[in-house]
Amino acid sequence: MNEPLAPSESNAEVKRYARRDFIKKALFAVAGLLVPQTLVASKELEGAPEWVLADGYKPGEHYWAMGIDTRKCIGCGRCVEACKTENNVPREPFYFRTWVERYRINADGETFVDSPNGAIDGFPDDPTDKNVMRTFFVPKLCNHCDNPPCVQVCPVGATYKSPDGVVLVDQDYCIGCRYCIQACPYGARFLHPVTKTAEKCTFCYHRITKGLLPACVEACPTQARVFGEVRRKASPLQRFLRMNRIGILKPYLNTKPKVFYANLDGEVN
Amino acid sequence: MENVFNQIQGFIYPNEFELHWSILIVVYPYITGLVAGAFILASLVKVFKVKELQPVYRLAMVTALAFLLVAPLPLLAHLGHPSRSFEIFMTPNTRSAMAMFGFVYAWYLMAVLLLEIWFDYRRDLILWAQKERGLQKQVHRLVSLFSSDVSEPAMRFDRRAVRAITIIGIPSAFLLHGYVGFIFGSVKANPWWSSVLMPIVFLFSAIVSGIALVLLIYMIVTPMRGAQIDMSCLDKLASFLFYAMVVDFSLEILDFVHRIYESEESIDILGQLVSGRLFVSLVVIQLLIGMIVPLAAIVLVKLFRFPAELRRTLYFLSAILVQVGIFSTRWNVVIGGQLFSKSLRGLTTYKMSIMGIEGLASAIVLLLLPVVILSVLLRILPPWPEARNPMETAADATR
Repeated sequence: MNEPLAPSESNAEVKRYARRDFIKKALFAVAGLLVPQTLVASKELEGAPEWVLADGYKPGEHYWAMGIDTRKCIGCGRCVEACKTENNVPREPFYFRTWVERYRINADGETFVDSPNGAIDGFPDDPTDKNVMRTFFVPKLCNHCDNPPCVQVCPVGATYKSPDGVVLVDQDYCIGCRYCIQACPYGARFLHPVTKTAEKCTFCYHRITKGLLPACVEACPTQARVFGEVRRKASPLQRFLRMNRIGILKPYLNTKPKVFYANLDGEVN
Repeated sequence: MENVFNQIQGFIYPNEFELHWSILIVVYPYITGLVAGAFILASLVKVFKVKELQPVYRLAMVTALAFLLVAPLPLLAHLGHPSRSFEIFMTPNTRSAMAMFGFVYAWYLMAVLLLEIWFDYRRDLILWAQKERGLQKQVHRLVSLFSSDVSEPAMRFDRRAVRAITIIGIPSAFLLHGYVGFIFGSVKANPWWSSVLMPIVFLFSAIVSGIALVLLIYMIVTPMRGAQIDMSCLDKLASFLFYAMVVDFSLEILDFVHRIYESEESIDILGQLVSGRLFVSLVVIQLLIGMIVPLAAIVLVKLFRFPAELRRTLYFLSAILVQVGIFSTRWNVVIGGQLFSKSLRGLTTYKMSIMGIEGLASAIVLLLLPVVILSVLLRILPPWPEARNPMETAADATR
């Protein structure tokens, strides 16, 4: 049984096993190189709820959302102007963190929508000979979804949901692949023409972490926008959510938006 | 941008004025499709023992390699920050489909294609190097990784390795291109893309384009080097092209019928898209010129016993039309999916620039680059049957 192998054969056997061994080790080495980064990154994030930012702001203690009453919006566009100024959003008419849409639903059921330059200068008159059934304005912005498709698709994790529920983009990390822009069902994202990274509403994160309101909320003359905590009883947002019938945009996509609309019309999408 | 404003129909979200995925992202799935298709063609020889295709086995492998090397370039050129692309490897977001790109690509290149080519060519590389001198000898020694063992057990190992890699390679090729389809098919925000059929449609269109490409290259290069085209091989190629096209066509029709029958809220805007802005590229080029005409041509060849000369002409023209059709397919997916607003209330337009990194010119360069690489590879790794070193034993002849 234990006959020695012929010299030439044993040589080949040894070689074969050496090669197999080499391949095995090489594969392990390559795989091993990739493991630490992934582990370190996920370990870091576990501690996120405990973070303390400048001014003693603790993201883990808040959960932000916005309420918008479409019946209060007068389409003046002050929020759009305030947002562009506050956040240095490029002035061209195709970069918006927030914008306002105007809906006109005719008696024949036809719906007309427009948003000239995001309504930054309000709306021009809408002369129509059609019989108008109803008409209203709808401010739009990033919905800071609880189940954000943009965060899911980002290949490097440059866009993320912070512990306080705000969806943010790391400008130093974004590779500019624009998959998040494609994945957002609300058209809330754009590629910044200078930084070449994805951009969107941050709920004015630099302001809310200092206890201030987002610029659009501050500028709204009719208080159509309400900003606050979802989980705190005594917040204006909680009152807004208690007192109104609430709708969200594209609920069938299961993105779980955190921008809540009062009196939302079924035509809005 | 002025022009774009004028061509908008209905309402689009303000941020949608800019089209985000340009012609380079059309080129990317087109090229990866060619890679996957060519590889699957090659695997027909090794795994499914289709003897007639033996003359194009190595050609298909080398073609796949040439195109695979270029596949990441359009993506890289398209990034806002190409210098940060390595982050996809270093800190991938494991929940992102796109983050898989690096791993799928690296796996396919290193563990499948390069390895299979190396094992398959190893013996020939060693024997070529023995007869050669100068630079060519050194190149062949380097490519063989300085191996020198051509003993019978070593050859046996090589053959088993090639077979094993091919068997792993088929699902890998499916993964490579199915994954590209998944990138689009999983975007729930976009009703034109969001479809579970997308990866499968991508896969079969990939097989179609890959077979057609190898057929084209075989028909162009063989006369160029003064050799005879093997008609039984060509007929077999055309047959497999035909089968793949039938499946691909059926899937596309299924997708079409399913959409119309379900008639979801997006159907109005998609109907406008197909009958308007995509009519030429989808109905005329993709379906009629790229699918129905070549299908009919191959059916004719199969029904009637045409002389070899006519068969060759028909195959050649069909394969060209198929390439045009599949490129159009990629166009209709990538660009078509961005021509309508996610508000489902309007249509926009794509103004392709000619120059610039995301323009037509760079797309053409990226499409020609694999051909250049292929012509170099054909010199280093000649895939021709007569370049093979004859086998000594009878057992080898069945290879």
